[in-house]
Amino acid sequence: MGVLTDLDLNALWVSVRLATMTVLVLLIVGTPLAWWLAHTRSRFRPVVEAAVALPIVLPPTVLGFYILVALGPYGPLGRFANLSLAFTFTGLVIASVFYSMPFVIQPLQSAFEAVGKAPLEAAWSLRASQWDAFLTVISPIALRGYISAIVLGFAHTMGEFGVVLMVGGSIPGQTRVLSTTVFEHVEVMEYSQAHTISAFMLIFSFLVLLAVYIVNRRFPIHVS
Amino acid sequence: MSRLLARFAVRFPAFHLDVDLDVPLSGITAIFGPSGSGKTTLLRCLAGLERVPHGFIQFGNDVWQDEKRSLCLPLYKRPVGYVFQEPRLFPHYNVRANLLYGYTRIPSEARRIALEQVVDILGIGHLLDRRIHHLSGGEQQRVAIGRALLTSPELLLLDEPLASLDIQRKQELLPFIRRLHEELRIPVIYVSHATNEILQLADCVVLLKEGTVVGVGTLNEMLTSLRFRGSFGSHRVGGVLETHVIGHDSQYRLTQLEFKGQSLFVPLQPVSVGQSVRIHIFSNDVSLVVGRTHSPTSVLNILEATILEIQETDQSSVDVLLDIGAPLVASITRKSLVNLGLKPGHRVFAHIKAVALNEELVE
Repeated sequence: MGVLTDLDLNALWVSVRLATMTVLVLLIVGTPLAWWLAHTRSRFRPVVEAAVALPIVLPPTVLGFYILVALGPYGPLGRFANLSLAFTFTGLVIASVFYSMPFVIQPLQSAFEAVGKAPLEAAWSLRASQWDAFLTVISPIALRGYISAIVLGFAHTMGEFGVVLMVGGSIPGQTRVLSTTVFEHVEVMEYSQAHTISAFMLIFSFLVLLAVYIVNRRFPIHVS
Repeated sequence: MSRLLARFAVRFPAFHLDVDLDVPLSGITAIFGPSGSGKTTLLRCLAGLERVPHGFIQFGNDVWQDEKRSLCLPLYKRPVGYVFQEPRLFPHYNVRANLLYGYTRIPSEARRIALEQVVDILGIGHLLDRRIHHLSGGEQQRVAIGRALLTSPELLLLDEPLASLDIQRKQELLPFIRRLHEELRIPVIYVSHATNEILQLADCVVLLKEGTVVGVGTLNEMLTSLRFRGSFGSHRVGGVLETHVIGHDSQYRLTQLEFKGQSLFVPLQPVSVGQSVRIHIFSNDVSLVVGRTHSPTSVLNILEATILEIQETDQSSVDVLLDIGAPLVASITRKSLVNLGLKPGHRVFAHIKAVALNEELVE
């Protein structure tokens, strides 16, 4: 990667850290939410589903704008943290969590719907508590859903542009990620760097999707 | 012997359950009724899988649910084993890991039933290292029963465990269910809408109709109750007798059974002397004779009986409830009833033309 500068490699590192953090947060927050969506009979379910799916259709700038306002020193999140989170890595993670939410929630929700409540009830009847049953029965059976969720969430965060530009501002070493780096290079006519990073992103994204489709197609999952 | 107390009264437009049960649990208690009568719901309530308002459940000295105190133990804290209609085995574990899932989750001092014992009773030793999807439906259901037994439950709940199997597999599994009760002494509640399963397995019957318990009694009480026997469908069983084998007649190829001091002959059976055998007598196979007949008869099985009750079943026939040391129903024509002048209290002889053994009942 001779054409890449330290700044470019730094952006790659920020992208990877951001995607990892985002997926971790989404797994923790998303698991109970996806479980609820999969099994609730509440009439608010479509409302929550629509809200979760919003980032798919909303222009990233719109989402980014609202998050920017919320994170700013006078926004609710900024006031809660007692400092402005805009243009920081933490702010970027918060924004990415919202932006990538549907890509984690939806595979988990489908997986939980497919698993159903039957194995859970069977686990209870075998003296497993809620947590135990979830960890030893539900998650392994829903493992493919988790793999899809992790891979899609990671890849989608790697590929976000509008939201990170709005919220992060592309500050080198802090909030400049790969996708914004491409933009910066193009702006100053550094096409060879732009080419290298773009090709990397293209191949990476393709391999990720390929992996998801292969995992979903084959490999029965066994633990013991 | 543990008693089970259960009270629910739920009335919703689409769902109705009215249960006030106080039954001693020994042997196999069947919850019997047509599809949609609420049998599975009742079982799920007992297990704690459904929580109904105003529910109360006590098993032995332990209260499992008391809504007056907002108490409802979750299923995993109740000492029950539950076998569902479908096996519900865990696909990511092999047979052994499925069997041991519950076993490893109870304290070691509470383990009264060992893996070897269950494997032996259910005949699943050759399956232990197999994957679940390599098992037949019957094998899967046996593993599901084994998995439930290995939690050393104080009560075993079976929800139509044979429903998803074909007739041959059903016949194959029934003796296992009988054996597991006989060998492990765990009371069983068995939900079914199949009369032949009830006849072969049940000691007690809880009759459910449209969400309401309409009758509770021993199998024979229920089968011979002129009020309830219609609920058991077209089988028209007149009685179930628990007999002992007292000998074999190799010359005429007969097995002699004893019931309360009287003898019964059945075609030679592969059973040993002293063994208990449950026999079924169909009410159409019982004819009544007033006084001991002196003319020769081909009927081998003649029992002394007292008429207890008579009830018309349709325009041409009547059910006659007899006492032969146990209740037995004879279905005869109304014409014969009038010709013989039969009345409650009369002593008659019941000629029994055929006897079915437990294993011979197939749907």
